[in-house]
Amino acid sequence: MTTINQSGWRPEMGERCSDNVSTFTGNRALMLEEPLLFEIGRIDATGVDLPDTDMDDNRLGGLMRASPVDLPGLSEPETVRHYTRLSRQNYAIDLGLFPLGSCTMKHNPRLNEKMARLPGFADLHPLQPVQTTQGALAVIHELAEWLKTLTGMAAVAMSPKAGAHGELCGLLAIRAAHDAAGSDRSVILVPESAHGTNPATAAFCGYKVENIPATAEGRVDLAALMTRLGPDVAGVMITNPNTCGLFERDMKKISDAVHNAGGYVYCDGANFNAIVGRVRPGDLGIDAMHINLHKTFSTPHGGGGPGSGPVVLSAALAPFAPLPFVEKQGDHFVLIEEETAEDHHAETFGRMVAFHGQMGMFTRALTYILSHGADGLRQVAEDAVLNANYVLRSLDDVLVAPFGASGPCMHEALFSDDGFAEGFSTIDLAKGLIDEGYHPMTVYFPLVVHGAMLMEPTETESKAALDQYIGAVRSLAERARVGDPALKAAPIFAPRRRLDETLAARKPVLNWQPPVDAMAAE
Amino acid sequence: MTRYFTDEHEWIDVDGAQATVGITDYAQGQLGDIVFVELPAIGATVTKGGEAAVVESVKAASDVYAPVSGTVTAANDALGDDPALVNSAPEADGWFFKLTLADAGELEGLMDAAAYQAFVAAL
Repeated sequence: MTTINQSGWRPEMGERCSDNVSTFTGNRALMLEEPLLFEIGRIDATGVDLPDTDMDDNRLGGLMRASPVDLPGLSEPETVRHYTRLSRQNYAIDLGLFPLGSCTMKHNPRLNEKMARLPGFADLHPLQPVQTTQGALAVIHELAEWLKTLTGMAAVAMSPKAGAHGELCGLLAIRAAHDAAGSDRSVILVPESAHGTNPATAAFCGYKVENIPATAEGRVDLAALMTRLGPDVAGVMITNPNTCGLFERDMKKISDAVHNAGGYVYCDGANFNAIVGRVRPGDLGIDAMHINLHKTFSTPHGGGGPGSGPVVLSAALAPFAPLPFVEKQGDHFVLIEEETAEDHHAETFGRMVAFHGQMGMFTRALTYILSHGADGLRQVAEDAVLNANYVLRSLDDVLVAPFGASGPCMHEALFSDDGFAEGFSTIDLAKGLIDEGYHPMTVYFPLVVHGAMLMEPTETESKAALDQYIGAVRSLAERARVGDPALKAAPIFAPRRRLDETLAARKPVLNWQPPVDAMAAE
Repeated sequence: MTRYFTDEHEWIDVDGAQATVGITDYAQGQLGDIVFVELPAIGATVTKGGEAAVVESVKAASDVYAPVSGTVTAANDALGDDPALVNSAPEADGWFFKLTLADAGELEGLMDAAAYQAFVAAL
């Protein structure tokens, strides 16, 4: 065999990475240590050069600061380097597979970014006269039409800013509908397999939350739900596909039963990626569902950008939709706001946000939809489900899949830590994944599974990428099963070793404190 | 003094009409490192099976249910500074709250130590 790299490291040279070797700077080549701004900034430094001003005559009425603010200053290149160095310690979908379950960390096509940066969209001001924003309103309107078509629903509220905000919108609409009917129903039923934000939303809206158990196969216990329904139940909140990665097959029966009992059905649409183009939630009897544009429709998230959670509403809830919304009148678009809602949208429950929603996310989502087309969106769901099932069946001999016998999974594969050696748990495998160069999967959720590991590969990943990830998880699972003590030390290659999460929660340090040795020197 | 257990993994020590409530050693083991405990206010009334306290670990937040109905007479303030007591001494210094029983008849149906041990072994 020919050795290509004649001048590089060779096995006979011994360990190339040793904890005993340290550098003067603390850096390890491209792995750069970076202090906090407060530690590197100087009061006398600044990145801008402002002209001298004569401040003798100000209008602060004697309230001018008497002492300096002590904010750290940096030059522009120092500032750029600070944030660039920090960003290199981050993990992102642009760096590798991001298997965080129920988060749909998919690739954000660059075409989205190009469209969102068009000055006609990017430089808009929310208070511009609508005559000058017709193109932007057309984007919102067209996206709204797509969302209604894909879900089979009558209306959509575009303004909610993310998933939990969308839940709030849906429940406020349900509450408004009950109020309009003179009903004071007080209970929202939430299955165990629902998202954790669901009970929080219901409680925030003033409802009493009651749990509905799951069956042994990981779905809502239909019989238990039917038994509980009654004149005090305002509605149910169901996540479908649920957080066990399973499709709720009884969804239509559940909806019919809830409607017959006078309640409404909220569906958490966080996992819509598994069924987009295949299932219309409206056909399942759902009354309200949020759509995370930042998940299903690819706009960046997870530290990369803001969320956006439009809520589709059934005909029964549509009259209560929040303001504002875009309406097409003839060949132009108008914003229906408080002043213009009186004549045909008087039952609105009000306003949730100051302006019209996340314009940048709308542009990206519509770009994604139009560039995929209806057939492409359908394939998104199919490939996402195929990838998740590939992960499930490639790992279910080394990890326990508690619902593996319940049929194919949807968009995500769920495992437990059963079978690990004494003292080893999900957290050890997750920390090991960091060393392998991956962001860990969702851990310890859903709660119905012991030591849950929830993996969602999305349609983004190729078979080769999945095979490498599966290989890494298999190797870690085997180490956890035999109790490899080195795994308890993971991560050993990350910028920081395993952090004490318990101490961080019990004794959090919430504001910056000067380094101890610097204080001692003063 | 008699100790009873619930299938929600609480224990209750009963001495006449007075009782002390906490979570079991099995429960703390399942939760992992406890980082926060929210206790009921003194004078609050709790109902059997209703939410009475919240226990939060690095993994999850869980409700603690009242094993029986009654009025809260004391809460274990030591858990505020040192929630780790629930891990180190769940069935002693890591107690949650004390209450005056509303109806001693509600104790019927709770498990004794042997029955609880068998219940946990079957999980």
